[in-house]
Amino acid sequence: MQKSTNLSEYRKSCQEALGDDFLREAMDKFATAYRANRVNAFADMHEKELIAEIAESKDAAIARLPELFEQFRAKAEAAGVKVHLARTAGEANEIIARIARDNGVKKIVKSKSMTAEETLLNHALEDEFEVVETDLGEWIIQLRHEGPSHMVMPAIHLSRHQVRDLFSEVTGQQQESDIQKLVKVARRELRRHYAEADMGISGANFAIAETGSIGLVTNEGNARLVTTLPRVHVALCGLDKLTPSIHDALRVLKALPRNATGQALTSYVTWITGANECATAEGGRKEMHVVFLDNGRSAMAEDPDFAQVLRCVRCGACANVCPVYRLVGGHKMGHIYIGAIGLILTYFFHGRDKARNLVQNCINCGACKEVCAAGIDLPRLIKEIHSRILDEDGHPTYSDLLGKLMKNRKLFHTLLRTAKLGQAPLKDGEGFLRHLPLMFFKEHNYRALPTIAEKPFRDMWKEIEPKLTGTKLRVGLFAGCVQDFVYPEQMAAAVKVMDHGKAHMDFPMEQSCCGLPLQMMGETAHAAEVAAQNVAALDPARYDYIVTLCASCASQLKHSYPRLLADDPAMSLKAKQFADKVIDFSSFVRDVLGIGADDFQNVAVTTKTAYHAPCHLCRGLGVVGTSQELISDSGLDYVKADEEDVCCGFGGTFSMKFPEESKELLNKKLDNVAKTGAKQLLTDCPGCVMQLRGGARRRGDDLQVRHIAEALAERLK
Amino acid sequence: MSSVDTLVTEFTQRAEKVGAVVSMVKSMSEAFAYTVDLCERKDACQLLLSGCGLPLSDAAGEMCEARTQPKVVAAPALAGEEREALAAACEAKGMTLISDGMRKHLAGIDIGFTVAEYGIAETGTIVQNSNSEELRLATMVSENHVAVLPVSRIRATSYDVEREFVNMVDASPSYMAFITGPSRTADIERVLALGVHGPLELHILLLEGE
Repeated sequence: MQKSTNLSEYRKSCQEALGDDFLREAMDKFATAYRANRVNAFADMHEKELIAEIAESKDAAIARLPELFEQFRAKAEAAGVKVHLARTAGEANEIIARIARDNGVKKIVKSKSMTAEETLLNHALEDEFEVVETDLGEWIIQLRHEGPSHMVMPAIHLSRHQVRDLFSEVTGQQQESDIQKLVKVARRELRRHYAEADMGISGANFAIAETGSIGLVTNEGNARLVTTLPRVHVALCGLDKLTPSIHDALRVLKALPRNATGQALTSYVTWITGANECATAEGGRKEMHVVFLDNGRSAMAEDPDFAQVLRCVRCGACANVCPVYRLVGGHKMGHIYIGAIGLILTYFFHGRDKARNLVQNCINCGACKEVCAAGIDLPRLIKEIHSRILDEDGHPTYSDLLGKLMKNRKLFHTLLRTAKLGQAPLKDGEGFLRHLPLMFFKEHNYRALPTIAEKPFRDMWKEIEPKLTGTKLRVGLFAGCVQDFVYPEQMAAAVKVMDHGKAHMDFPMEQSCCGLPLQMMGETAHAAEVAAQNVAALDPARYDYIVTLCASCASQLKHSYPRLLADDPAMSLKAKQFADKVIDFSSFVRDVLGIGADDFQNVAVTTKTAYHAPCHLCRGLGVVGTSQELISDSGLDYVKADEEDVCCGFGGTFSMKFPEESKELLNKKLDNVAKTGAKQLLTDCPGCVMQLRGGARRRGDDLQVRHIAEALAERLK
Repeated sequence: MSSVDTLVTEFTQRAEKVGAVVSMVKSMSEAFAYTVDLCERKDACQLLLSGCGLPLSDAAGEMCEARTQPKVVAAPALAGEEREALAAACEAKGMTLISDGMRKHLAGIDIGFTVAEYGIAETGTIVQNSNSEELRLATMVSENHVAVLPVSRIRATSYDVEREFVNMVDASPSYMAFITGPSRTADIERVLALGVHGPLELHILLLEGE
């Protein structure tokens, strides 16, 4: 559970997690194993189609929650079930406590329920009743008085030795660290609790309206005992779990276990309709209750932007692939709900005080969106919440100032030119700053920072603009701040390559920053103004393509602009046309200009070259493999590094806010590259170049880091 | 291969992949013989029920002591001649067959014997009608669950069993289960452990013919 009151406290607590060697090793193993298991699990499925179907059917259900609730209630009540609707977490807990009191309950056994975690149900019941969690992981964290650190594996942060010590204490007997034995001890210890309990509490993965049934997905089988032995059964269930039909549930079941743990199906799926047979209950029938929890869900269902959050099936995959979760674990990467979805749900279920710091700890790499079982646009919604929190709290002076500065292009560019003069005493002669300017923490020193170029690209353009010869396509160049002012040589190289492909290039001077840094800081309104300036500067009607060498810019131009400008009647259509024409450099060169092996010198070079796939290219734009093919075509010896498509840790402003995390991600990346023996590392994003080159420099790695355009330009015939 | 053979092959592969033991039987009496034989073999070097030999709290330990001897097979859903046949086979080996009273055996029994409604080849799943509380308990507190699945009841995917399944679920009250392999957990260090709260082993006997 996240309790930090400000960002610096939060950052400190994340640092502590970074220092937990067991956690780090466990998370690394998990992250790599999960990726492989997931691929196998979906091997003979149409994964993307299935996810799209789930998204569609969930959206349809979310649009008619009240109707589904009534349908469920009528069916369930006819089958002898009492159905309740709790507006808030406190109300749900009170309803459940009352049911327990009315039935003279002393002991309660529970099977796993994230909804019960959300309402802090145990805390509410424990003074009055004996409550025992029966899911192994939940039992462990209950005994330790902790919250879950993963939605599916709540005790993933603990080692067998910690469990041994805990069980030794609980049983009063010295236990061994053998996991198989520890599991059997739990089996025996928990068995008597089922036998003694008067009430069982479960969650529900599905509340099926057409039959009035609940569906429970478990591996251990504890839910079957919890719902069978005690004479009272209460299922606590978020309204979002209302599912029109069995068919809809079966569809979700095709993805949920595969995405959660790489299993084709969990060991048990339990379907309960009505008050079932129960020998110890009055009349031989179970007293059964279903408590639906609203807690803000109805309002979310009506929000055009956030209704999709209710699609979540709680598989936990967004945490499993999150590079930040992998570093700091679930207690830092969530309040009660964990991972990307956790950052969002925390804001809605537990308030902005709990969410304020969390939402900033997203590096925006898009790994979660790529695997979400319900196709939720998680990274965008996280940014959106950050922006809302700033609107509610008031924007911090620095981010508002930066927003104001960036939308004034002339002022911004003048400032960059002035900074160039100011940095003179700090330059080391090789394009790096010798030491960090004052605004940085010492923790930022894990990578060397580049100097601002002598001459920005915009000042070079007139000299290098190619003379038009047999041109075929009109291309607008979008440079972005980093390539314009820090790495203009990357742009110059790209111009050379595209000129070879006979593109007719234009570089409008009125263009400015793409605005992504503003969005990352939650400055949505400023980002929209910058977007409008760029759309006006690169009028889409003038070009066949708008090419950028920066994957992050490309993703921002293509995906955010139409949304940012949707409500601007003067710009919305242009913004869409603009977005349609945006393309990344590698795709443009290879797929549009058709540049291939024939265009490069036919002398193969032996430089071992690795590639880093930028998040915003491979996931943001869905461009996979194109750059690697270009590298091979150009005659370079391409070697694939492990986790080639995992984030380098840059994340723009993320690396400023969380330098310790950024450093760890960077080191992992460079370690993986070092393992290949590559002497050159290419990528498609100047931000990644800045991070990787600066990191390699600090580590003293024998590695040249460049933009792919630079390597290709050199190899042209 | 006929379509039935394809389904059997896929079902078997998928079920075995998740730790189930799958065998073909030609008749119910062969299934009974398998069950008794399994029961006889299983305890050869393991006298105590799962977990009973470990250091437990006093309260949990008492429950182990409550466990009855001799070995117990529970088959709540069997009736008539079939029940008599299994009872006789158990008796011949000194085992007890019970049909009810499972709540007296919560410390554990040796084998729970059931007949499944359907099989789903895609995931190696059995669809088990669990309306009877006795059956629910027999399939949870037993160390081994033996389920007979008629080959004719295997379907390719969950969608292919949907129509029948909706009817089963819609009859109220009802308690249905998809069971795919034995009870499992990976909650400690993501290491797989079988038999957390339910059976340590799941044996599926594919019954040929109708």
